[in-house]
Amino acid sequence: MRLLLVDDEMELVSTLAERLSFRGIDADWVTSGEDALKKAEIETYDLAVLDVKMPRISGIKLKGMLEAKYPDMKFIFMTGHGSEDDFLAGSANAYYLVKPVSIEALISKINEALKE
Amino acid sequence: MSIIEKLKPKFWSNGGPDAGIGTKRHLFNFRRIWNLAVILTASVALVPLIAMTLIHYEVTQDAIESEARNNTTRLVRNTWWTVSYFLNEHKTVLDLVANEHTYEDLKDPIKLAEILKNLEERLGGVVDLGVIDSYGIQTNYVGPYPLANKDYSGQESFKKIVESGTYTSDFFLGFRNVPHMVVAKKYTVPDGSYYILRATLDIKPIKKALNKIEVSGLGDVFIINHKGVLQTPSRYHGKILEKISLPVPRYSKEIQVVECKMSKGESLVVGYAYIPDTPFILMIVQQKKELMERWYKTRVELFWFLVVSITVILIVTLGMATYLVNKIYLADNERVNSLHKVEYSNRLASIGRLATGVAHEINNPLAIINEKAGLIKDMFTYKEMYKGDEKLIGLIDSIISSVERCGTITKRLLGFARHMEVNIRSIDVREVMEEVLGFLEKEAEYRSITVSLNVPDDIPEFESDRGKVQQIFLNLVNNAFAAMEEGGSLDITVKREGKDFISTTVTDTGCGIPKADLERIFCPFFSTKTKKGGTGLGLSITSGLVHEIGGKINVQSEVGKGTTFIITLPLKIDKERK
Repeated sequence: MRLLLVDDEMELVSTLAERLSFRGIDADWVTSGEDALKKAEIETYDLAVLDVKMPRISGIKLKGMLEAKYPDMKFIFMTGHGSEDDFLAGSANAYYLVKPVSIEALISKINEALKE
Repeated sequence: MSIIEKLKPKFWSNGGPDAGIGTKRHLFNFRRIWNLAVILTASVALVPLIAMTLIHYEVTQDAIESEARNNTTRLVRNTWWTVSYFLNEHKTVLDLVANEHTYEDLKDPIKLAEILKNLEERLGGVVDLGVIDSYGIQTNYVGPYPLANKDYSGQESFKKIVESGTYTSDFFLGFRNVPHMVVAKKYTVPDGSYYILRATLDIKPIKKALNKIEVSGLGDVFIINHKGVLQTPSRYHGKILEKISLPVPRYSKEIQVVECKMSKGESLVVGYAYIPDTPFILMIVQQKKELMERWYKTRVELFWFLVVSITVILIVTLGMATYLVNKIYLADNERVNSLHKVEYSNRLASIGRLATGVAHEINNPLAIINEKAGLIKDMFTYKEMYKGDEKLIGLIDSIISSVERCGTITKRLLGFARHMEVNIRSIDVREVMEEVLGFLEKEAEYRSITVSLNVPDDIPEFESDRGKVQQIFLNLVNNAFAAMEEGGSLDITVKREGKDFISTTVTDTGCGIPKADLERIFCPFFSTKTKKGGTGLGLSITSGLVHEIGGKINVQSEVGKGTTFIITLPLKIDKERK
């Protein structure tokens, strides 16, 4: 299982990757949509954890772009705000977590997503 | 509450120059409008009424006075004519006697007696007849008294007859001691000398004529001489041949009617006429108040008409002005209410936006703290070198639990802001209640208020606008907290009401609401906290929201014991409301 973590908060995303690695989950992290697209070209990822609001390419937009290229990839969204309705309108059938997220909740969502 | 307080319209206490709700002011100063409306309307109606009444008063008074004068004049004229006729008739008779009989005949006592008899029969009132020669000696006399050969030459009356040819005396007692008068005329005889024919007239025919005159109540008809001595009896102004109590009226050829005031203050209307060629003045004296009685009646009627009219006009004016100004006040209240609601909604929306922003800004650093602390914990957990330091792990757990608490607050804020948008969805009442109570959790803790929430498991989710439901309960819980002292308790119980409704009872142990206020607590602008910044719109908005989502709100309260609000909501919201 290989994960890609995308969030414009580097401190957050790097720490999260390290914590996941403690739990045996291999996760790469980037801080923008552009880097995420580049990274996805190099590596194959089973799941991407995306921040909804990011500069230039938003999480929802990024999901669309990645989904187009890698149809099997699963997605989990993390957000600091925003309405659930906005989120559902932009991306149905995806998982949604509100920051701050407990690591256990994230892992449980990852497992749920991958089971699909 | 006094009657004045009850009658006082709503705008009187709340519609002053600076009245309004919150920052919204009324468009008008209602008290001023009411004052203007009353003053202008009453003036427009009352001024012409009073003016017309005063004119009517003057005209009627003049008319009645004039009528009284005319009546007096007429009465004087008729009486004057009767008296004058009597006197003239007798004087003319003397002429007739002198023309038809020679001086020689008249000197004959038998013939003179015959003439007297004829006069008595035909005219009446002639007591005796006498013939006086140019020396003043009564040469012939027929009558009841021994007056033959009486010498009149020294008497004033004789001189007057000689000078003017005719004479009418005052009434006097004379030798007979009964009131009588004398008429006498001078006649010349062919030899150039003259004689005087003298007749004594009885007062009775004149008294009889005067008695026949009808004068009202305290009226009086009598004759005086030019010196003011009563010639005929008077009812109220003196005895016969005594001086009259009234002043002698000024000479006038015409009949006069004058008014004179007595010492007691009563007014008399005096009609009089000088009787030509006599020393007599005919007087008719009447009490003015009797003559004007009809006027006094009219005046009282006029007064009552004015009083009733003014009262009716004032009642109608006050009623109409109050009704109309009250309507304007209510309409303006509605306007202010709507503005306030809009402002309230805008403020809520702003709070929502602010909450979202704050939550987002806090959530990101919070997430970083969370992950960093988590990482430290992971390091202690997974790396052998840090394993076993329980104190450090305890500290990190405390950081993580604090972050979780912050996260719960920001999530609640986000949830609250999100639900402000109109959105009909399925609602779990327990969830909503917990969210609402979450906002006041700390306050309850600080004030030692016990909060209990009882939601049975059989309560289904219901369809409604979550934002409104949330706002309704937040308002009620806020009110309950405001009403309670430290150590109070708030109980929220939800139960099912039949197939289609659920009811939520919010009971506090606060100060309670007085009975008199219970009916008005849902009215806009009713507040007992105006001095503490209350707008009187909280419960009005709450009640409005309950009705908007098809529910009902009821209240029971007892002063000093507490208040219970019961909100009944439908399980399904109808299509129209959607």
